[in-house]
Amino acid sequence: MLVSEIKSRPQYPGLEPDLNARSNLVVCDQAGAEAVIEMMEKAGADFARKSTVFLLDENRAPPATSLAERMKPADTVIHYQIASIATQLAGLLQGAKMGVRVYAAGSEPLIGSAVQAAMQQGIDHMSVRTEHRGSLKRRVQCVHCKTMIENVTVNPVECPGCGLLLTVRDHYSRRLAAFQGVCINAEDPSEVPAQEVMYL
Amino acid sequence: MNVFNHESFRDDFTFRNSPAAIRRFPFPFHEDKYMYSVNIEPHLPGPKGSVYEHPIDIDEHYVSEMKDRAMVLAEDPKRCQSLPHMITAEWDMLELLMTSLAESYPELFTLNRDGDKWHWINRPLNIEERFVFGDAGTLPYGPMEYIGRQCQGDFSLQDHRDNNLWMDAGIITTQADWSLDFDVGMNFTEWHGPVPLAHQARVFERALKFLLNLQLGQPARRLNWTMTINPRLDTSPENYHKWGVDRTTVTPENVGDKVHLRVELQGLWRLPRSNAVLFSIRCYMIKMSELVTVPKWARRFHRVLKTLPPELADYKGLTRYRDTTVEWLSKYDDGAPTSPGCGPE
Amino acid sequence: MTATQLRPMRIAEIEPVADGIKRFRLVPTDGSPLLNYSAGSHIVVVMRDADGRMWRNPYSLMGPLGNPASYEISVLRVDESRGGSEFMHRLPVGAEVQITNPVNLFTINRQARKHLLVAGGIGITPLMSMLEELSSINADFELRYKVRSLSRGAYCQKLVERYGDRVKIYRSDRGEKLDLDRVLADQPLGTHLYVCGPKEMIDWALETARAEGWPEENLHSEQFGAPPAGNAFTVKLARSNREIRVGPQQSILEALEEHGVDAPFLCRGGACGQCETRVLARDGELKHNDHYLTDAERRSGDKIMICMSRVTGNSLTLDL
Repeated sequence: MLVSEIKSRPQYPGLEPDLNARSNLVVCDQAGAEAVIEMMEKAGADFARKSTVFLLDENRAPPATSLAERMKPADTVIHYQIASIATQLAGLLQGAKMGVRVYAAGSEPLIGSAVQAAMQQGIDHMSVRTEHRGSLKRRVQCVHCKTMIENVTVNPVECPGCGLLLTVRDHYSRRLAAFQGVCINAEDPSEVPAQEVMYL
Repeated sequence: MNVFNHESFRDDFTFRNSPAAIRRFPFPFHEDKYMYSVNIEPHLPGPKGSVYEHPIDIDEHYVSEMKDRAMVLAEDPKRCQSLPHMITAEWDMLELLMTSLAESYPELFTLNRDGDKWHWINRPLNIEERFVFGDAGTLPYGPMEYIGRQCQGDFSLQDHRDNNLWMDAGIITTQADWSLDFDVGMNFTEWHGPVPLAHQARVFERALKFLLNLQLGQPARRLNWTMTINPRLDTSPENYHKWGVDRTTVTPENVGDKVHLRVELQGLWRLPRSNAVLFSIRCYMIKMSELVTVPKWARRFHRVLKTLPPELADYKGLTRYRDTTVEWLSKYDDGAPTSPGCGPE
Repeated sequence: MTATQLRPMRIAEIEPVADGIKRFRLVPTDGSPLLNYSAGSHIVVVMRDADGRMWRNPYSLMGPLGNPASYEISVLRVDESRGGSEFMHRLPVGAEVQITNPVNLFTINRQARKHLLVAGGIGITPLMSMLEELSSINADFELRYKVRSLSRGAYCQKLVERYGDRVKIYRSDRGEKLDLDRVLADQPLGTHLYVCGPKEMIDWALETARAEGWPEENLHSEQFGAPPAGNAFTVKLARSNREIRVGPQQSILEALEEHGVDAPFLCRGGACGQCETRVLARDGELKHNDHYLTDAERRSGDKIMICMSRVTGNSLTLDL
């Protein structure tokens, strides 16, 4: 469980199958795929037959193809970028009817992008079922220059846009699908706190 | 009140309070220590001349504050955002502010309405506008931005849905260190996320419950406070790397001039057509040398600052200059008892 | 502490709009402007008879929106001995009542892509102002309206005239059935459902929607209903040391008000939470008739919504 003092830090309650859904759109990476397989096993073959999985292949174990095999009878589409999953998801939701349920499992940036895409197509974020698995890496927005920094595993992190050294806060924006980064040494730029690897 | 200051809230910082402004300052401490509470009360008309007399308060800093707002928005348009579904709430806000200003300050503002044909005059800012209420095409800006550029204080509009309040619009240029661009779209609990200690005290849970039951015609208010070095209105996180260093420039000699108590008078109104909640954050600043001209406030603020829990001091950004300021204020605290209540006497 | 200020109003017009349903148009007695309100709002009408008996009944505002010169409500005369709607139906033009300011516990979701409104009988009333609002903002919407017959269904003709083929009426005297599951399956993603009518109808509509894979976040309903009757009992007010008898047809809130105790209320229908009161002791079981407390809160027996709920035994002690 991802815990923080900060109440704006998102919690991901876990994948629960919606047995009433007429179709299920499931977004996951290779770590999240385990949660998806567990959900499908719990829900049964009927549920899996109504499901399409969008699997992000980040070239790690277990191989995407073997995961896709284990998801059957659900169809799996393999992608190599979060952005292309979000685009395909948005495309499918556009013009869809009520009765579609969206699920997302894996890293926070992946979940965040899936929720963002769902929200943009008229789905309430509370309706998306989510589960965090695997990497703690974060997407961070630099509050100063608004640059998005992907795959952040350290704190503080240097902004590639403006060069400021940012503390990565637990304060999260669902709209931006990112955590907030604020200059850590604005008061005394000579202070350069050591970088810690925190979000592997 | 017809004379407005010409002053700046950046660069040369010529901001200063007249003696009248000092007397009416909304000093927020009713006792000699501070802790969070759900300190919400009905926003009823207060004593004449006080900041509570009118629903929306205009003071000697009006013209200069609006100039500073315009500069902030020119530099960073993302300080004013409105999600599309909030347009009805924007019109509600425009109506509330225009009618309030025109009623409270008839010598400064005039509003004539002929059905939905409105005629607005703002004398201090030299604005005259004829527009159609409900038709955004007849105003030079969206309704919230239009009236927000003519009203002191930040404003946010909260959509009431799913048993929560969602900050889906705002014009925020005088904030104490939070980002509208980041927070827009968050709910009440989320945007208060970073505030320490208060969550444990269930302060926000109770505040939210109160606000969800806020009624038409029964606005509420509360005070919040922090401190700022130099009378800078735009202490946004966006510009933190520009103003943060000010916190290291406080010396025992310049406390009186540089260190400011910054109080937010927050107003909360239920809006009629949209059922949204309007949240105003009206900022008042006073430097220490002005504050201590009121002996009770000098003693009390010394004691409040001295006993403030470290997490709160940290969160409010006071840590670097707190001790220096406490030391400076101690000269004005003879240990005598202070009267209850926030007033100057 | 009561929820809102009361405003004196006069009945300016009464029109029978269906069997047992009258439309009342209310205007301020002092000519002061009425507040604008949001679609789905209601007011509480406070009425007194010559004997001093008082009713406080909530009624939905039906429009018009936009600087209204009057407030319009529709009242179904319900044959039961609580008598509020009965009393209202006997009032003449010119009679005076008091009202609260508008309150909204049934709002439209402003981010919805489409709005599907489903009404049963008098449940049409809050949807009337919603239709007006949705129409004025050019939203996509549809109304499905179940009535017993045309003579018992209010505003059928007016709705069809105003909103055309976005309105479909189902007359049960002709055996017309609303095939809700098919209607729901056909809605575009992002549609929100709003249901108002008898409890059974609301339950059926929401269950049908869930079965069609609609998420909870897209389902909204408002239930009218008088507080259910029960056995008489005594309510003891611990703080003021008083004992008040609650009659079988009376809610705890009404009994308190009758005896001059000004308890907090808002919706008077068990939905908003304003009248939540701590239970200190009880004889018998609590009968929770509200829609507000969680299951855990109900089981704990610590809290009660005094506008709707009761106790099965002889007495109840409250922290009032």
